[in-house]
Amino acid sequence: MSALAELQERLTSALGASILSATQATGELTVVVRRDDSLAVLQHLRDIESFSTFIDVCGADYPERAERFEVVYHLLSMSKNARIRVKVTTDEDTPVASAFGLWPAADWFEREAFDMYGILFSGHPDLRRILTDYGFHGHPLRKDFPLTGYTEVRYDEAQKRVIYEPVKLVQEYRNFDFLSPWEGMLPGDEKAAE
Amino acid sequence: MADGTQTLETNPSADLLPGETAMRNFNINFGPQHPAAHGVLRLVLELDGEIVERVDPHIGLLHRGTEKLIEYKTYLQAMPYFDRLDYVAPMNQEHAWCLAIERLAGIEVPRRAQFIRVIFSEIGRILSHILNVTTQAMDVGALTPPLWGFEEREKLMGFYERASGSRMHAAYFRPGGVHQDLPDALVRDIYEWCDPFLKLCGDIETLLTDNRIFKQRNVDIGVVDQKTILDWGFSGVMVRGSGIAWDLRRSQPYEVYSELKFKVPVGKNGDCYDRYLCRMDEMRESASIIKQCIEMMPKGPVLAENSKVTPPRRADMKGSMEALIHHFKLYTEGFHVPAGEVYAAVEAPKGEFGVYLVADGTNKPYRAKIRAPGFAHLAAMSHLNKGHMLADVSAILGSLDIVFGEVDR
Repeated sequence: MSALAELQERLTSALGASILSATQATGELTVVVRRDDSLAVLQHLRDIESFSTFIDVCGADYPERAERFEVVYHLLSMSKNARIRVKVTTDEDTPVASAFGLWPAADWFEREAFDMYGILFSGHPDLRRILTDYGFHGHPLRKDFPLTGYTEVRYDEAQKRVIYEPVKLVQEYRNFDFLSPWEGMLPGDEKAAE
Repeated sequence: MADGTQTLETNPSADLLPGETAMRNFNINFGPQHPAAHGVLRLVLELDGEIVERVDPHIGLLHRGTEKLIEYKTYLQAMPYFDRLDYVAPMNQEHAWCLAIERLAGIEVPRRAQFIRVIFSEIGRILSHILNVTTQAMDVGALTPPLWGFEEREKLMGFYERASGSRMHAAYFRPGGVHQDLPDALVRDIYEWCDPFLKLCGDIETLLTDNRIFKQRNVDIGVVDQKTILDWGFSGVMVRGSGIAWDLRRSQPYEVYSELKFKVPVGKNGDCYDRYLCRMDEMRESASIIKQCIEMMPKGPVLAENSKVTPPRRADMKGSMEALIHHFKLYTEGFHVPAGEVYAAVEAPKGEFGVYLVADGTNKPYRAKIRAPGFAHLAAMSHLNKGHMLADVSAILGSLDIVFGEVDR
């Protein structure tokens, strides 16, 4: 049995109640865990399975799902030379327990997930925006946030300062539909509507 | 205040006893326009006299929304964005993106292309390390190293240009290989560049390694211990400088790294000085890897022969209708990547650069998360600087090897 399959077996026997699913694909193990148990699982992985290096936590948005956000943790074990991916699902209002207490490294990554998706982390000491502008509104990586955004900045010669204005585009952002090969390729393709 | 800086609201002199002096901590801004901030970093420093109590880095001044943009581009159109992350070593980033796509789509890379990728990844590593070592020396007061180092960087960017047509934003790697084969003259010139470069490494070391001022500014400054490494998710030289021989090229080899002979230099004390020594040794190892690659590199194709992913050669398009159709489809619609998710990491010069790619089976990535090493390192600034002097901030920042293209994305 491969090391990955053994790890999967050990995890399901030790944490079976917390694990919703465990899958292997392209040589990687993905474990989806219950939101309430995420910290316990992460702690188990850190202390028992020696996944001691925190690589990443990020959000992902699936608006069609009941709980639209996935919070994806990537952990690395330098001693066993292994990686694991842990996933938790949540929505706009339900917080996920912050991993800051286990790894201080989670600090900025969780701030980024909050900034980009509006995912809330309970127990985070300083959950404020990190990458976007001071006073920014909205969560830009959500799928319903337009690529062009809502505001743009320019220097105003009259007021002698940088001002914010609603985005004015000469042409709408063109998002071609390449999935239906012949129809609706170009905006104004009337044949598609007929 | 709205931007996160704090003002002192209480009157410090209210509760003083006779003979006591009012003390208060100072908050000062370091950057966003400061030559030692290595780009657009704003550090809000809380100082007790000259001792740093707390550092609050404000990042995002170079945020361009790369991850959002990538979601709206085809896989190939998304590739040049990776040049613009760590713009000091562009091809290393492209490499992670290509590896992620190749793993999901199951594309085999021809052997010659693997060697070419390794050569240019190592050139990127040298580019990055020269910049870091010499500018960090400048941060602590030495002017000559950057002048010497940048001459070599200029030559390396010349190699970039001769391979890809661009000195920096190469867009040279492709899912399935590299865009064009290397001309023989270029391969020869790269090989001949390696040995004289070792002499330059020696020259720079004569300026810095035993330099009294350089050592005073770097030895025992910013010490990284094992707990810090694990707590803060460090990678790359930040780990190796502390004596842990962790290198993804060795432990999770990709391309042909498993066949190459190279040492993983490790430091002993984990201070800024040891990280400098590691970077110098890594450059020598990189030069040796480049030479080995050129000696071992076979002739052959440089792009996978998979016309659903890689474009046909220009010559084929002149005579083959199929090739013309493939070319048209690949450069309008792009190729489709099977649904799934993958995390691909490379040992970039600054540490573990990873791409978490979620594909939904269409021609565009559903989600691409870029895990930049500098982001994790900069997050530890407050931890690393606490208790140091104000002047050490720039030494520590320099040895973290921060480039804002990848931190802010």
